[in-house]
Amino acid sequence: MGKVVLVTGVAHRLGARFAGQIAEQPGVDVVVGVDAGPPPAALPLGVRYAQVDLRRPAIARVIAEYDVDTVVHLNVTSLGHGGRALVKETNVIGTMQLLGACQKAPGVRRLVVKSTTAVYGSAPRDPAVFGERMQPKAVPAGGFARDAVEVEGYVRGFARRRPDVAVTVLRFANILGRDGDTPLTAYFRLPLLPTALGHDPRLQFVHEDDAVEVLRLAALDAPTGTYNVAGDGVLLLSQCARRLGRPTVPLLRPALGVVAQLARQLTAPADRAFSQEQLQLLTHGRVVDTAQLRGTFGFTPRWTTPEAFADFAAHVTPGPLPPARLTAVTDRLTALLADHRPTDPEELRPR
Amino acid sequence: MTAAREPADPAAKVIPIESAPSWSGPEPRPALADRLADGVGAALSGQLGATATKLLGKGWEQRAASGLGFLRRRLTGDYEVDDFGFDRELTEEVFLALLRPLAEKYFRIEVRGTEHIPAEGGVLIVANHSGTIPLDALMTQVAVHDHADRHLRMLAADLVFVLPVVNELARKAGHTLACNEDAQTLLERGEVVGVWPEGFKGIGKPFADRYKLQRFGRGGFVASALRAGVPIVPCSIVGAEETYPMIGNFRTLARLLGLPYVPITPTFPWLGPLGAIPLPTKWTIQFGEPIPTDSYPKEAADDPMLVFNLTDQVRETIQHTLYKLLVQRRSVFG
Repeated sequence: MGKVVLVTGVAHRLGARFAGQIAEQPGVDVVVGVDAGPPPAALPLGVRYAQVDLRRPAIARVIAEYDVDTVVHLNVTSLGHGGRALVKETNVIGTMQLLGACQKAPGVRRLVVKSTTAVYGSAPRDPAVFGERMQPKAVPAGGFARDAVEVEGYVRGFARRRPDVAVTVLRFANILGRDGDTPLTAYFRLPLLPTALGHDPRLQFVHEDDAVEVLRLAALDAPTGTYNVAGDGVLLLSQCARRLGRPTVPLLRPALGVVAQLARQLTAPADRAFSQEQLQLLTHGRVVDTAQLRGTFGFTPRWTTPEAFADFAAHVTPGPLPPARLTAVTDRLTALLADHRPTDPEELRPR
Repeated sequence: MTAAREPADPAAKVIPIESAPSWSGPEPRPALADRLADGVGAALSGQLGATATKLLGKGWEQRAASGLGFLRRRLTGDYEVDDFGFDRELTEEVFLALLRPLAEKYFRIEVRGTEHIPAEGGVLIVANHSGTIPLDALMTQVAVHDHADRHLRMLAADLVFVLPVVNELARKAGHTLACNEDAQTLLERGEVVGVWPEGFKGIGKPFADRYKLQRFGRGGFVASALRAGVPIVPCSIVGAEETYPMIGNFRTLARLLGLPYVPITPTFPWLGPLGAIPLPTKWTIQFGEPIPTDSYPKEAADDPMLVFNLTDQVRETIQHTLYKLLVQRRSVFG
């Protein structure tokens, strides 16, 4: 008998894409998608849907009913409507309920949890490149990052109590896709990018395709453990802004905080773009080491950080200063210099 | 704006309103580029071209073209930085170019023993620290680049990464936070890492204590070198002590500002900003013989006695070299 995979958070883009992928795998019999709302329109073929609010114990019934053996928990997210309190509850209480249900289900053999590199925080006094084993000097004080830290804590507890279950925690860098919808993409879609004066954070991205692929491998039979997932290389915020053709507006860090406060009062997308943790990220940046992912886990992301960003940039409205226009000016001038050179009599003389 | 909307570009008409950026008409830039190009072209073929050749010397077009290439990459963000934020192009073209005159013309640095820096592979350079402002570290970066053709990746105090602007410049110049993780990662990647283990104790010591090495931290740098199995090159810098002779310290002000010290020198703060100009001392940077660490097993990094002994060995080497160089020195401003 093949695998029965339970996927939480299928209403989100990544969840839906992953559920579709895993349903096509040979050896996977049933894929059950779970989310709080009515069945999403984008639910892929071959995925059954169960409407369960993760904060309620009903999830245990779903696991028992389908005799689930692989649980892929993707509903740890900064997304969601209904405000921060609800998102936090879904993240933390939802995970507790899910893990509680898994603990009571003898059939569960494998657990994959989506986490984030935000668990390392963003602080000036931290090492430049985070490895999986490093303890950040400043644990994130709130927001989604804090949720992820707590979720990981519960997952560790679960792994201790159920040593027979293979547990994999994947810490994703910021996921970028063609039309992804995350706080960071909301920020990049602003016509002007407010930045922290005197800071140029290093950012890392992982392409949505790679994220789906890593999850697929982890759900099948990849080695267990905790892994950072990020594309090769690093982009500075200033580079991102220029590649998007969006001018930056450097503000003193306290002023940026005030702007963020104002923006949070406004409507989407500005309110999403300026959460407290995102401000930290946009001030201090964060880079993780992916040697474990390549070595132990055995996966090399196909998209590097700049490539993932280029794919994203190609699918957003260009900003007021598209790189092509700027290069038109410099290229014309360069061409002129080349034209000018032969007219110089000194240059025409044979050497 | 309205002029640019006119049918100069017929394709503009089919852009739907939603997707057309509202802040500008369609493609005004190429027109600007054309006008600019025509203007510059006319000027260059006329009097200006000849004048430019006279003023800037032959081959100025090439230099201007490479400058434009640099500008193009900068404007479009088309350059690479490494995981630590090191921007090689910016460092070579801008930072080092700005620091080089200071090293060569102002401090007239004599660099010795660069043959001790291997042409490739990881190496840890350990040096004495002095002079109130870490000019000695920056000058060592210039020396290592110009004489050994390697990029020095320095380990800097956490204060550097807390300050706005400074942290950005430091990261782009290839510096990173002085912590074991970063030091080890860089060494394992085969970089030249520079460390000034005296830290603020060394750089902010009173003038009376000049050239007396302070405590070398907890020997963390030796442990990192042992783990990575790379040689340690001791480096002695003479001349930096006298650039800003620190004769006093505004302790209260320093505490208020959260700084390790606020120096009083014979010129600062009395002469205002002029007092911030370093004295034009003559410098010597001497790289010593490498101390190999690959003969020790990896666990040696966890042996405190060995780490302390090696730390002392490095410290003694630097101190003795300093004394030797001081004896040879004829005058501070030589």
